[in-house]
Amino acid sequence: MSGAFTKSMARNIFYGGTVFFFLLFLALSFDTHSQLPKRDMRQNITPQIAEGKKLWETNDCVGCHTLMGEGAYFAPELGNVVARYGDEGVKAFIKARPKEGIPGRRSMPQFNFTDAQLDALVAFLKHVNSVNDANWPPNIQG
Amino acid sequence: MQYKSQAVAKPYFIAAIGLFVAQILFGLILGLQYVIGDFLFPHIPFNVARMVHTNALIVWLLMGFMGGAYYMIPEEAETELFSPKLALAMFWIFLVAAALTVAGYLLVPYSTLAAMTGNDILETMGREFLEQPLITKVGIVIVALAFLFNISMTVLKGKKTSISLVLLLGLWGLAVFFLFSFYNPVNVVLDKFFWWWTVHLWVEGVWELILGAFLAFVLIKTTGVDREVIEKWLYVIVTLTLITGIIGTGHHYYWIGTPEYWQWWGSIFSALEPIPFFAMTVFAFNMVNRRRREHPNKAAVLWALGTGVMAFLGAGIWGFLHTLAPVNYYTHGTQITAAHGHMAFYGAYVMVNLTIISYAMPILRGRAANSNKSQVMEMWSFWLMTIAIVFITLFLTAAGILQVWLQRASDTPLPFMVAQDKIALFYWMREWTGVVFLIGLLVYVASFFVGGREEKAA
Ligand code: HEM
Ligand code: HEM
Ligand SMILES: [Fe+2]
Repeated sequence: MSGAFTKSMARNIFYGGTVFFFLLFLALSFDTHSQLPKRDMRQNITPQIAEGKKLWETNDCVGCHTLMGEGAYFAPELGNVVARYGDEGVKAFIKARPKEGIPGRRSMPQFNFTDAQLDALVAFLKHVNSVNDANWPPNIQG
Repeated sequence: MQYKSQAVAKPYFIAAIGLFVAQILFGLILGLQYVIGDFLFPHIPFNVARMVHTNALIVWLLMGFMGGAYYMIPEEAETELFSPKLALAMFWIFLVAAALTVAGYLLVPYSTLAAMTGNDILETMGREFLEQPLITKVGIVIVALAFLFNISMTVLKGKKTSISLVLLLGLWGLAVFFLFSFYNPVNVVLDKFFWWWTVHLWVEGVWELILGAFLAFVLIKTTGVDREVIEKWLYVIVTLTLITGIIGTGHHYYWIGTPEYWQWWGSIFSALEPIPFFAMTVFAFNMVNRRRREHPNKAAVLWALGTGVMAFLGAGIWGFLHTLAPVNYYTHGTQITAAHGHMAFYGAYVMVNLTIISYAMPILRGRAANSNKSQVMEMWSFWLMTIAIVFITLFLTAAGILQVWLQRASDTPLPFMVAQDKIALFYWMREWTGVVFLIGLLVYVASFFVGGREEKAA
């Protein structure tokens, strides 16, 4: 770097550039918020779906699975699992997990959910599936 | 040591290394569970081991950042720390909180832990990397604020260098963006949108300021190059970081329900994010080549150069690999992501912490540098860990490419678990390479305990 370019010039570009791009980011985020209602299906969120999201979180499902591609990569994507297995299929699968696991295989815990809790989880997963996420995942296998 | 109060850095560094060992042990458990699915099941399910692995990582990096700042700031500000007592008290609070949190993860089911720790008051748990109970999160905020108060007051009463300023901005940013971890709306799209304000704006934003400041400090000390030159570089690097990285957040807004224009904003800006990492590499090599002195601590210089190279590889190259929207459509949430996550975290933040520890620890122990024998061991650990992470990344990348091929790009896509079975060989190779990493880490720890003729205090 030549002598003409001084430290104080570098500092000013740093402050100016940071502020400019942060404001641009805020503007984009603001615009996103005005567009989201058309995509995130918020009008459909019921107390049951909220309960399902809470169960999803308090059992740390995301510690093994992905949801819309985010989370852990140990177990299948669940953002579209209701499309893969159907509502009843998903509930039956969760219910049927053996307490001691499956010998030698990646095992999912038995959470002992009540039927109402299973309904809430499925309602949440259906809601996630209904979000307009630009056609992701590429196919039904997630 | 120029200032007595710099000594508070020492317990932070020791605890950081201890947590690093715990992180890697749990990494090996996870890696084994990938191939022997029911290993330790149902006592330590995968998600629990993963929380310990990632949270231990984050906490030890934070410990390292704090220790590093407590060491650097008095020397930069040319004055004693505002309150060494506060720094020590915060250390113990942080350590005990971390230990209790890990005990909670391991001893009670997660849902019970959530119920016990006030998650019903404010639901923040159960999101990746932010799994900590509410009280732990509040504890982190308290510790962070006390820490920031302490170092900001030190800078205010002393000399204000550019390095201190960039470091302070990075650390304040870290605390501010952590606040988004308390915001968890029912609307899952909004939840995900703001989750990234913590996660992405940390690692590809404010943490890079901390990284740059640490690197600049160690390079000034070890090369003797003029401060004006180094600080000018630092400003250029952090400028490039923030003008690319802030809008680069968009590379996480492709497939989570956010508008599709993010595919353009995210792809273009994040594709430029490797530039600051490249600049860091050039910076580190340039300064070392122009050095005006031969610092006796060769290991610290090696770590500094390694940080530049590995951060560029892990964040720059492996980040670029999957950051363009059409590519990310296929690679999103696969082993490619894990490959990148490992090399980027190691190359940037593990290595910069080990750089500052390598430089400061001998001085904190009353010598300019460790004995030759100890440094040779430390350099062995550098190569073992670094080569291991390169191979872990390569094996995960191979696994990821096959996963995408079998499960996503194929005309007859296979179910997730069927595809996983077919690529198990690569998980085995990752696990064995992980053992090499652990050996490297143990050599690193051992290097602190070998004696020999030491360089006298400067
Ligand atoms: C030494 C052996 C290691 C092994 C065997 C290992 C294994 C693993 C495994 C199996 C996962 C979970 C992946 C999943 O969600 O399915 C994971 C996650 C993670 N590990 Fe490691 N790890 C090791 C070392 C490290 C190191 C040194 C770092 C950091 C420097 C690290 C940082 C991470 C991060 C950031 C994640 C979350 C990744 C993501 O969400 O994409 N690990 N690790
Ligand atoms: C030191 C800096 C960086 C660190 C520590 C880091 C770490 C990570 C981690 C841990 C994840 C996984 C997050 C999750 O679990 O969902 C991730 C995702 C990602 N990173 Fe980075 N990263 C860094 C820099 C970069 C850069 C510079 C780029 C682009 C050039 C990049 C591109 C991406 C992309 C595209 C994803 C999303 C992957 C997916 O869709 O699954 N990263 N990063
Ligand atoms: Fe990112």
